[in-house]
Amino acid sequence: MLSAGPTPRVSLDTWEFVIAAENGTEHRWSWQELMALPQETPMVDIHCVTHWSKLGTTWQGVSLDTLLDGVDTGAHFALAHSYGGYTTNLPLDDLRGGRAWVAHTFDGAPLAPEHGGPARLLVPHLYFWKSAKWVRGIRLKTMDEPGFWETAGYHDYGDPWREQRYQGD
Amino acid sequence: MTEMSYLDGNMLDGPLRELFAVDMSTAMGRCENCGMTGSMASLHVFAHAPGLIARCPSCEAVMLRLVRAPDRAWLDLRGTTFLQVPMPLEQTQPGPL
Ligand SMILES: [Zn+2]
Repeated sequence: MLSAGPTPRVSLDTWEFVIAAENGTEHRWSWQELMALPQETPMVDIHCVTHWSKLGTTWQGVSLDTLLDGVDTGAHFALAHSYGGYTTNLPLDDLRGGRAWVAHTFDGAPLAPEHGGPARLLVPHLYFWKSAKWVRGIRLKTMDEPGFWETAGYHDYGDPWREQRYQGD
Repeated sequence: MTEMSYLDGNMLDGPLRELFAVDMSTAMGRCENCGMTGSMASLHVFAHAPGLIARCPSCEAVMLRLVRAPDRAWLDLRGTTFLQVPMPLEQTQPGPL
């Protein structure tokens, strides 16, 4: 599993998820509010940049389509940010179309802190460093802003089928 | 999955030897975030990641990142104010006038 630092411990009482639009408008969900939204159970293959893949993993979470519904934006880019300070950038389109979730359950059990719990981003069609652990929010951007690994040589998009690991791949 | 743990900064010696001709194991560094100055060997290194991340032992700020591709490497030292590297004694240079 990918970890850039110590595992943050986030209490569900204080946990929140925030989508900040490019005009500064913020949309916030508490843990209770997230759990009250329609839940999905994606079964997906995940691809780690260190050459392993895990097929048919089962998750539960809220689709980004649900969370972005009602967010007024003309942005094309997103920067996910996490408890602990991690960031990663993605095109906003890749968070839409039933391809991205805020996931809180893995294999039927609450997502453990070591695996990114209470909740992590799940974007299985991109390399797994884009699926930010301990996700706290998403900032919508008119300009692409590289995240933690993307400012240190990793690819801005990270398509596993094209093996886009490093800048220029 | 076990609790995430870090390695000590001595493990940076090999990976950095590829980039630097000097012995980094005796280098000192200053944390840009908290000002702590200490040996690079004292940093906390997280290696369960797409690259190596070395954090300040006092404040946990990232001081060094090293990503190694098959044909390239990236080194980010923006969290390190300076690196102090021991050098062989040489003739005193004339100072500025
Ligand atoms: Zn520090």
